[in-house]
Parts: sequence; C-alpha cells; structure tokens
Amino acid sequence: MSSKLAAQPLCDGAILAQATRDAITKLDPRQLVRNPVIFVTEVVAALVTALFIREVVLGIGTPMFSGQIATWLWFTVLFANFAEAVAEGRGKAQADALRKTRADTQAKLLVGLHGGRDDVWCPRSASELVVGDLVLVEAGDIIPADGEVIEGIASVNESAVTGESAPVIRESGGDRSAVTGGTVVLSDWIKVRVTAAQGSSFLDRMIALVEGAARQKTPNELALSILLSGLTLIFLIAVVTLYGLAGYSGTIVPVTVLVALLVTLIPTTIGGLLSAIGIAGMDRLIRFNVVATSGRAVEAAGDVDTLLLDKTGTITYGNRLATQFIAVPGAGERELAEFALLASLADETPEGRSIVALAKSKYGLPDPQIDRAKAAFVAFSAATRLSGVDVNGRVVRKGAVDAVLKHLALTNEQAPFEFRQAVERIAQTGGTPLGVSRDGRLLGVIHLKDVVKPDIKERFAALRAMGIKTVMVTGDNPITAAAIASEAGVDDFIAEATPQDKLAYIRAEQAKGRLIAMCGDGTNDAPALAQADVGVAMQTGTQAAREAGNMVDLDSNPTKLIEVVEIGKQLLMTRGSLTTFSIANDVAKYFAIIPALFVTTYPELNALNVMGLASPQSAILSAVIFNALIIVALIPLALTGIAYRPVGAAALLQRNLLIYGLGGLIVPFIGIKLIDLIVAALRLA
Amino acid sequence: MSLNGWVLIALVFLAVLVVARPIGIYAARVLNGERTPLTPVLGPIETGLYCLAGVDPAREQTWRAYTLAMLVFSAAGFLLLYAILRLQAFLPLNPQGFGGVAPDLAFNTSLSFVTNTNWQAYGGETTMSHFVQMAGLTLHNFLSAATGIALAAAVTRAFARSGSGTLGNFWADLTRVTLYVLLPLSLIVALMFVTLGVPQTLVGAIDATTLEGAKQTLSIGPVASQEAIKMLGTNGGGFFNANSAHPFENPDAWANLLQIWAMLVVSAALPFMFGEMVGNERQGHTLLWAMGLLLIAGVGIVYWAETRGNPLLTALGVDPASGNMEGKEVRFGQAMTAMFVAVTTGLSCGAVNAMHNSLTPLGGLVPLFLIQLGEILPGGVGSGLYGILVMAILTVFIAGLMVGRTPEYLGKKIEAREMKLAMLAVLILPLAILGFTAVAAVLPSALASLANAGPRGLTELLYAYSSAAGNNGSAFAGLNANTPWFNTTLGIAMLLGRFAYVVPVMAIAGSLAAKTKVAPSTGTFPTTGPLFIGLLVGVIVILGGLQYFPALALGPIVEHFLMLDGKSF
Repeated sequence: MSSKLAAQPLCDGAILAQATRDAITKLDPRQLVRNPVIFVTEVVAALVTALFIREVVLGIGTPMFSGQIATWLWFTVLFANFAEAVAEGRGKAQADALRKTRADTQAKLLVGLHGGRDDVWCPRSASELVVGDLVLVEAGDIIPADGEVIEGIASVNESAVTGESAPVIRESGGDRSAVTGGTVVLSDWIKVRVTAAQGSSFLDRMIALVEGAARQKTPNELALSILLSGLTLIFLIAVVTLYGLAGYSGTIVPVTVLVALLVTLIPTTIGGLLSAIGIAGMDRLIRFNVVATSGRAVEAAGDVDTLLLDKTGTITYGNRLATQFIAVPGAGERELAEFALLASLADETPEGRSIVALAKSKYGLPDPQIDRAKAAFVAFSAATRLSGVDVNGRVVRKGAVDAVLKHLALTNEQAPFEFRQAVERIAQTGGTPLGVSRDGRLLGVIHLKDVVKPDIKERFAALRAMGIKTVMVTGDNPITAAAIASEAGVDDFIAEATPQDKLAYIRAEQAKGRLIAMCGDGTNDAPALAQADVGVAMQTGTQAAREAGNMVDLDSNPTKLIEVVEIGKQLLMTRGSLTTFSIANDVAKYFAIIPALFVTTYPELNALNVMGLASPQSAILSAVIFNALIIVALIPLALTGIAYRPVGAAALLQRNLLIYGLGGLIVPFIGIKLIDLIVAALRLA
Repeated sequence: MSLNGWVLIALVFLAVLVVARPIGIYAARVLNGERTPLTPVLGPIETGLYCLAGVDPAREQTWRAYTLAMLVFSAAGFLLLYAILRLQAFLPLNPQGFGGVAPDLAFNTSLSFVTNTNWQAYGGETTMSHFVQMAGLTLHNFLSAATGIALAAAVTRAFARSGSGTLGNFWADLTRVTLYVLLPLSLIVALMFVTLGVPQTLVGAIDATTLEGAKQTLSIGPVASQEAIKMLGTNGGGFFNANSAHPFENPDAWANLLQIWAMLVVSAALPFMFGEMVGNERQGHTLLWAMGLLLIAGVGIVYWAETRGNPLLTALGVDPASGNMEGKEVRFGQAMTAMFVAVTTGLSCGAVNAMHNSLTPLGGLVPLFLIQLGEILPGGVGSGLYGILVMAILTVFIAGLMVGRTPEYLGKKIEAREMKLAMLAVLILPLAILGFTAVAAVLPSALASLANAGPRGLTELLYAYSSAAGNNGSAFAGLNANTPWFNTTLGIAMLLGRFAYVVPVMAIAGSLAAKTKVAPSTGTFPTTGPLFIGLLVGVIVILGGLQYFPALALGPIVEHFLMLDGKSF
C-alpha cells in the first residue's frame, strides 16, 4: 500500500485549483458557522471592510491601514477554508475513481427458482433492486449490489474497491459469502441475495466517507471545538472590555485595532486547520485501504490499549513446517528422513511439502524411485489421522503420535523413552510432533513448527512501549499457545478460543477500563467485532462481520490492525500539537499588539515592545499577517500528520511539547519580527 | 532582599508542608467517613447533629442533589446573616450600641461571608456588634470554608469513583469537615493567638489614657477566635478594619508567622487529601507543586519589587536601603510582608497585613494577577482544589492529545460535555472581572469613589472586582466601596465567582463520576512529574491569565514604567 500512498502527492495542481475555488465558495456564512473561530473572523473581517469603505468614502481615518487589515483578515478566512478544501479535494479525487465503477448495471433478477442454472431471470436495472431480491451473476457480469452468495462459487475481481487485482473466491455458506456491488465476476456463477439497496451500498458509503459528505465532527473534535469557542469568547470579553478600560485611560482604540487584537488572540490557527486534520486522518486510513465507518472509530483506534490478534496469518505464517527429524534409538536420522519423505510424497499440504523439502535439503536425499502406479497412497483422514504409502510390500505411515502408536498397537508407555521425551518437548514448545513408522516399527518423530514471522517480536515490543497490550487468539491447546506466545512476545493469549471466549475476553478487559481492537472475518466473529471498540472486518469476510465492525480492511490483512492504531494516534497527536502551538502563539502576539495599542497614551509602554517593531501600525499589521500565513504554513503538516514514534507517552509528550509548545512560543516572535521588517521596508504601514 | 528573608520564607513554607500532609490524609479519612482519633469525642456530637437534622449520612447524593443542598444551605445562610445585620440594633451582645446595617451594605456583607470572600466594605470595630461578629460572621467563616472543602471532596470523589451516580452527602461532608477538621484546628490556633497576646473577651472597648494624657477608646472583643478561622478557612474578614495590620489582630512577628502558616495550611493540605482519596499521592503532589511554584514566584516578585524601593521616594530623600516601607508594618519586615501579600492573594484569603495600595506597581501587580489566575495557588479552602482541577482538565485536554490518545485525567475521559462545562466555568471570572471593571471605568458615579487618578485608579477598580469575583476579599484600598453601586456589583461579582463557577464544576464531577476509569498504561498521558507541572503552570498562566494582560498593561504595568520615568498620579 505504500506505493499507493506515494501515488498521491501533497500538491496536485488540479486539487489545488479546485481547493482555491472551494475556499471562496466556503465563505458562505451559513457553511462557515459550523466553525465558530473562523466564523468570528469572517464577521470581523466584514466589519473592518465596512469601516475601510466608510473611511475611503468620507476621507477620514487611515484607510491604507484598515484596507490592509481587512485584506489579511479575509485571507485568514480563505486560508482556513483552503486547508479544508485541500483535505477534501484529496478525498474527492479518490471518490471520483470509485464512482466510475458504480455506473448503472443491468442485473439478472431471478423470478423463478428451479435450482442450479435453470432459474428464470429477467433483466432489471441495478438501481431498481431492493433488499431481498435474488440475482444471478455470471462470468463477466458486474455484481449489481452488495449481497450474500446463496448458491454457487465464483472468482471475483474486487479491484474496484480494494485496488488488489488478484481475484478472490466467493461462495455460499462459510465466511466468504459476501460480495460487493461494483465488483466483477471472472469465472463461474453465483446467486446473490441483495442486502443493501442502491445508495446505501458499501461502495456508496465508501464514496460518501472519502468525499467527506458524511463527515460529522468526531467526539474529540467536537470537544476541541467547544474549547476553541470558549477561548474565542474569553478573548472577545477581553477585547470588548478593553474599549472601556482604554476609555478610562483616555485612549480611543480604533475598532480596526481591537479587531486585529481579537483575531490574533483567538485560536485561528487550530480553528482553521481542525477539520483538515480530521479529513486528512480519515484519508490516510483510506489510502491505507482501510475504510472506517465513522470518525469515532479512528479516534478510538488511538486510544486502544489491547489488541486481539489472530495467531494465524498475523503472528505466524499459519503453516506448520517441518524443522527437525528425531529418530528413536535403533533407527538412523537418515532412515527416518528417508521414510518420512516417502510417506509425504503424495501429501500436497504445506506440512507434507515442507517434510519433503527438509529431507532433501538436510540429508541430500534424491527423489525416491518408486512406481507410482504400484504404490497405494493412503490419504489423511480425520478418522485415522494417518497418511502414508504402501509400496513394494513396505507399509510407511506418518501422522499424529497417538494414531501412529495405535497403528503399531503400542501404548504410550510401551513407546521408547527417548521418543516420548521428544514428543513432549515438541508439544511444549508449541510444535506438532508427527510420528513415522515403517512396517510396524517406530522410526521417530518429525518436529512440525508454526513459524513465527521474523520481525513480529520487535513490533510487539514497540506496541508495548506505546502502552498497548497484545493478546494472541488461537485455536491451539494452551501448551502450544503458551510456547508460541512466548516466542512471539505477546503479553497474553487465549488458547482453544471460541468466538464466545473472544467476546468474554473483550468484555472482561473493557470492564477493567481498557479499549480493545480486534479483527475478524467470520460471521461468528460478528458479536466480538461489535463489542470491540475498534473492530476491523476483513473485506473477504461475511456481510455480518462487515456490518458488525466499524472498519473494513480492503486488503484483508489482519496485521494492519497495528497500523490502524498508529494512524489513530497520529491524528490525535497532530490535533493536540497544533492546538498547543496555536495557544502558545498568543504570548508573542500580545507583546506585538499591546504596546502598539496604548503607546500614544503611554509612550512608556514601548518598553514592552520587546521585538522592536517599527511602528504601532506595522506591529499590528505584522501580527495579523503572521496569523494568516501561519495557517498556510501548517497545512502540509496538518495533512501529512505528525510522525508517530512508539516510545511511550512520556517521551512523546516531551518531544512534542518541545517542538510545538516551545516552538509555538518562539516562532511567532521571529515571524512577526521578520514580517515587520518587510512591512517597514515596503512602507506598508 | 536578604538571605535571612529568604530563609524565613522557606522555613514558613516548610512548616506548612510538614503539617499539611498529615492534615490532608486525616481530612481524607474524615470525608471517607472512616474512624479517626477524634471519633470517640466528636462521634456522638456528629450523630446527634444528624439525628437533629434528620440526615442519613450514608445516603449518597447525585451531583444535582449535592449542589442543590449546597445552594439551599448557602441561600439560607445568606438570608440569616442579612437578617442579623439588619436587625443588629435589637440583638444582644452589642455593648457599643451599633444600629442596623444599611440594606446595600448588608447585602454585600452577607454575600461576602457566604461566598468565603469576606470583602469588607465596612470597618468591623465601628459597625458590627460582638453578636454579629460571633454568631453572624465567624459562624460563616466556618460554614463557608466547610462548604468549600465539601465541594472539593465531592469533585475529588468524581475521580476516585468509577461508574458512580453519586458524589457523597453534602450534609455529612459539611458536618464532618466542620467538626473534625476546622473546629479542632481553630481551637489550637486560637489558643496560640491568645498566648501571643491577641484579645479574647466580650468587653466592647476599653478607655486608655495615652502618654500625653489624652483619652483613647480602644475596641477589643473576641478577636483570637475569629482570627483563627479567618486564616484557617481562608476567609480574611478581620475583626478590625485594619485587618492583620492591626496590633490586636496581629501583635508581633510570631503572630504574623502563625497567620501566614494558618492561612496556608488547610489549602495546602487539600491536594494531599485529593491524592489520598484518589489513591495516588503523586497526583496530589503534582497539583501542589504547580500551586507552590507560582506562589513562590509571586512571593519573590513582591519581595524583589518592594525591597528595590520607589525611586520617587528616594528622590525625596527616603533611605532606599529599607526598600518601600510605605504602608507596611515595621514589626513584620519586608520578607514577611511580601510573603503575606502573595499568600493572601494566591489563597483567596484576603487578610492583609500591609496596605496593598502602597505597594510598588509591580508589587501590587502580583497580588492582583494571583487573584485573576483564579484563586488556585493554592486558592481558597476547597475552591482552590476544584479550581486547579478545572485547569488540570484543560491542560490534559490541550496537551493530552499530543501523546496520541483522547484526553483523560486520572482515567476519566475528558469529552465534549466536560469541556462545555469547564469553559462555562472558566468564562465566569473574566466576564465578572473585566465586565464590571470596564463598566465602572466609564461610569462617573463609580469613578467618584476613586482616590487616585491615572493607572493607579484603574488598578484600584480592577483589584476590587478581581477580589470580589475571585472570592478573595482583600482590598487594594483607595476605593470607597461602600456605595450602592459597588456594594451591589461587587456582591454580584462574588456571587458569580463562587456559585456560577462551582455549579458547572459540580456538573463535570457528576459526569466524570459516572464514567468508568480507563486503566493506565505506558501510553497514558502522565499527569505527575515535572513535565506536567510545567504544562499546568503554562496553561494557568496562558489560559488563566493572558486575557487580563491588556487591562494589567493599562494599570500596574504602565504605572511601573511611569514610575521609572519619575511620573506619578
């Protein structure tokens, strides 16, 4: 997915052009009122514009100054709008691509059911389908709507939603029965029961989410908006009352100057970037091929402190591979390998192939020269739990240890001590022992091992540093599970896990005040997915699972749960850092504007002009210009987000505080001074 | 400044800390309803009081019921005191035969004592009878202080509990705090004051013959007992008009030390109580550190500004070596006056042992700014604790996101509802302080009360409203506040500063108590340690204080620069 991430640059000419147009249409106060800080800025910008016009018409006051202040106030609003528009624009580009696949298709609506492919169907526009309709989709057809496969099996190209061109199998029953409207059946046929009407399908929801049309303020964003509105009110009080206080001191402070003070003090920086940060966070997730059904889920991802991870596919490769041959006394290791190879010749499972591969690579054994026609291969069955071959009068078997012993009519006690010891050791380390026998004689044991992914232990250590507990979920017995858990470095495991166990575990953790993330694909995962604070359903999963989770992973890659958490944290961090930066900026702005306000009445107050700004007017103008430009300067950061490092909260706080807290105090002092130098040089004020 | 002075300041802080921790832990046990060493003595009285009032101390109240009980109790207290003041002439223990108090002054004074402000628009010894002083004012010194501590306990429980619908029982908290904490402490401190020579008598006044042979009437009365709770309960309402500068209230340097100690000790104990009740002592220590650092900075600036003296006086031939001694008592000295000034304003106590109006501009800026920071350093008893908790919530909300989690404080998620209420609370102070000051600054009838023109006059106005809204009660002086305009508007400011602030805070408590505690991990935003202390201090100064900067610039700050230029008003 990294390639896909890189594919969309930060600055795309078309997006920027569109965003510029959008920034202007967003000036509509009815739209802007959703963002109180910027709305207040717009109102006062209009006020100063009116004052400017009055001054020009009546030829009074300082129209040059008012005009420039008004201009920069409008720019402040436009820059804030622009930030939001750019963030939205990046989503829209993606939505357009998705929308192309939604072109109206003709569905084959089934009207008479006779079984198999003999059903009668009539053509019907996909947009007229209703929930519950049954449709036939054959090779080459576009699946007309979201639904559940009720009959048949087909390979489906889902690249329209997942971006992945390799086809996937969809079949009735089981966990791979959900199909998505807009995807294409490549081979065979399926009958689908429609589960979502046009307009509310998965693709529709995805488009809406990507575009930001369905965007609502997330809980934390809402709380932050309240804080920002509160601050705006406080500064409004401070500025309005200043009128009276200045009056007492014999200064008439022009409204334009009071407005300038107000706008520089209210948190316009974070106010202007807040929604862009939110949209960009969702966008980052989508470009990571995960669709969140709500912004709330993205925030919750940042808060997660327990991850439930399926062992298979996430922690281990999921295949048990042969790693060692252990012979019993009296049999050679090479002999064991030889017959293990023979027994596995027809075994096409990954385990079987790994035995062949190990025997050949470790002992340099050739392919056995046997006449396949005369050989009777015994396939593995659940009843015997043995497989092998009868050839040239030899009976070779491999299989579960107790099954092999039973085949040899031995009790466990009768087996050689070394054999029992090896079996026990393998089981304890999480491996699977396979017994091998030839002609009624026990040869030894093969060590099959579930191989843990190489870098997974480091990732879990990083998660631990972030304060996140990892829990491995596996169907293995507790001994095996414990061994793999310790090898992979997870904090806890649920062995012999049933869906009920998962649900119970999630509830228990939540009762302890923890937030849980998990991923799942099966219908029986649905209750746990719904219960978890972040439930990532696999795109290949069932419709029930996809409905129950609050995110869908289009790549169906359970490892991504970790990245989802990181994206959530990154979103919150970006928001927090820019808020801190914005608030810390106020200190410098006070030092720019306060002396300028009163210096005519009290020249002594120039002592507070620590930046040595050229004149009162240039000081005020510079502060306003800085206030507008800082929004633009921070747009890239708002969109890309602040890099998350798994170093623990204390270290993270220290780092971000140093950059955005201390930086927020210092940067405006430098910025305002530089702008003042330019303003003075150009004689703008 | 001298080393001696600093050592003395450090010793007083140390003496406070040594006692604050045990008192805090003791208070936590009292408020948890646990058995304490005093239970055998006071237990029966407590039970008796519950029986008498028909209160079941075990019956828990929701935040609404708790707050309502507090409001009803305060309203009743207000009405009672108002009646006592108006009817003073008909009540006993009035040896000097004072008449009833005027309606606007009675309104102002009643509100002032009910809100733990103790703003005194009157001269105590020339207006109030012993009955009023004891049954009216001293009673409220206890009850308003106990109310504050009870509220702080309720807010603390919001963090201590998980998924709880209730915050304790107001009546039980009030009774317990008064009986087990305030009364025993007051008794000890009052006896110490008596030992140091503070009068404690029911005689109204004595006539003395001065050395010149002139006759002089000296007011005395039950001073020591009122003095003890005046300081312990951060009330600040003195028996005499001159407050703690009066030799009968504060006879010598030892008494002065005791005054500072007593005024700090309960407020400094409450963060320990908080830590104890939430089961994490370090959380309490962190809050106390933030309070302490700002307070010490305040003490330092006053001390520095005052010892540097006033160049205008130096020009007139005043020896600059002793610093600015105008309005100060020689028996206390610069260090202990500076400490008193900063502590009484950082604390919302409001007792004064020097004329604040005689401080240098920067020396006067400090008490003003400390009040405006919200009276949380360490603030009034109880109100300081819940005040700084609001700031902690804001800090966590702003900075907490920087660790990549939604904000939480002590395991409680801070969400939109809490934010709305916190902003509502935080808005009250600037609205009351700046709003009223701005109106008064352009109102001719209000300006007529000013003794000084120019920036000093503005400072006087600003100080009065800050003191009222912050429930401090100290006066900058120079302002004749006993006028209908000031009595009324200052009364309203006090009302807003206490109740309009605490109701949203209690609502936050109710909302937080109901939340499940989130388990801490290494990913949790750390709310202890130097980093958080620094952040909290930053938020208090930037969010709590910056909005007053323009007003301060026009008052003490410009006056400071004017003074350096040799100008005065």
